[in-house]
Amino acid sequence: MSTRPLSEEAVWQALARVPDPELPVVSVIDLGMVKSVAVDERGARVELIPTFLGCPALGWIAEKVRAALAEEGLHAEVDFALDVVWEPSRITPEGIAKLRQMGVAVPARRDRAPVACPYCGAHDTEIESLFGPTPCRAVYYCRACRQPFEAMKP
Amino acid sequence: MVARDSGMLDRGRILGDLALQLGDEELFLGHRDSEWLGLAPEIEEDVAFASMAQDEVRHAAFWYELAETAGMGQADALAFDRPATDRRHAALCARPNGDWAHTVLRHYLYDAWDAVRLMALAEAGEETVAQGARRMLREEHYHHLHMEKWVVDLGRAGGEAGQRLLKAFQALLPDLPHLAAFAVDPQALVDLGILARPLPDLRREFVARISPTLAKAGLPVHPVEAALAAQPEDRARSVAPLADAEELLSTMNGVRSLGAAAW
Repeated sequence: MSTRPLSEEAVWQALARVPDPELPVVSVIDLGMVKSVAVDERGARVELIPTFLGCPALGWIAEKVRAALAEEGLHAEVDFALDVVWEPSRITPEGIAKLRQMGVAVPARRDRAPVACPYCGAHDTEIESLFGPTPCRAVYYCRACRQPFEAMKP
Repeated sequence: MVARDSGMLDRGRILGDLALQLGDEELFLGHRDSEWLGLAPEIEEDVAFASMAQDEVRHAAFWYELAETAGMGQADALAFDRPATDRRHAALCARPNGDWAHTVLRHYLYDAWDAVRLMALAEAGEETVAQGARRMLREEHYHHLHMEKWVVDLGRAGGEAGQRLLKAFQALLPDLPHLAAFAVDPQALVDLGILARPLPDLRREFVARISPTLAKAGLPVHPVEAALAAQPEDRARSVAPLADAEELLSTMNGVRSLGAAAW
């Protein structure tokens, strides 16, 4: 494989095509998982922020990042940064909209106040369980439309 | 120059020993959490304990990797191959789950102490330890909230639930001085800038943190204060009783010990 110079902008575009394996509507960029991108003659270096240390998808995501950049002819080193703590406030507005469409709400920063139901928009919601199908998600219930739904952990 | 070199060695050694302690505690409690899979009283608790087990085991991996960096050995070997006699965990972390009241009260007390300890590590100057501690504080926060709710709910329910909670409290009380302690000299951790505050301060923070919750659950706090005062644990604490850790390790390593599998 021949390597050709690729701009940081092109690396960000490639990262926008790397989905979260459990929430495939959003990319690692939508989730606010990308801390930094650097490109030099040897290749790219991407620093990712793990949502949760124990997330079993981290290895898979790192592999997909390497593969997406290899498609662009770029060798990539992927590291997980620990100096930044991931929080739902890192999710981009686009990411929040995409998650809502698939029934996952995004609460405001470290807040246990009621989140808006992704189905009907009501705030008459409560946490049913802090533990959902993945480490980063909790299970909620909307009393207005009587629907359980998921939200990123507050 | 010589004195300084030996100081550096001590620092690496103490960091490695601390990492082994934290790794052993998270791994053992995470294993006990995983024992509820398929058996928890409701489906949400099955999910919750699976999720917490996943968090604890990954936190353990972080500490074992740090111990590897400190020259203590390879991380997986440190996690799985050290016998009970070499473990540094608090006795409470390896205790069998018992009933639901024992499970949630044990976890609550551990999470409360862990939060106090992690804050003191996060606020100190050892950067790798502090970064890991800050991440874990966010993740452990949910365990803490979850267990706190269970303890209060069981206490307020009274009847059999209240009786079982009280029985669990009495069973766990003797383990608290060993929990609120370190497997290394706690003053050395402070002197080396790894821990922001001395052990007596952390113990006071622990009591202040659990007091309102115990009160809501109808449990007395003064036996906790008395138990801690009777055993200051101002030096490196002793090894936990071996039987619980031996049983846990033999179950945890049941498949690994077959030896023939390629991982």
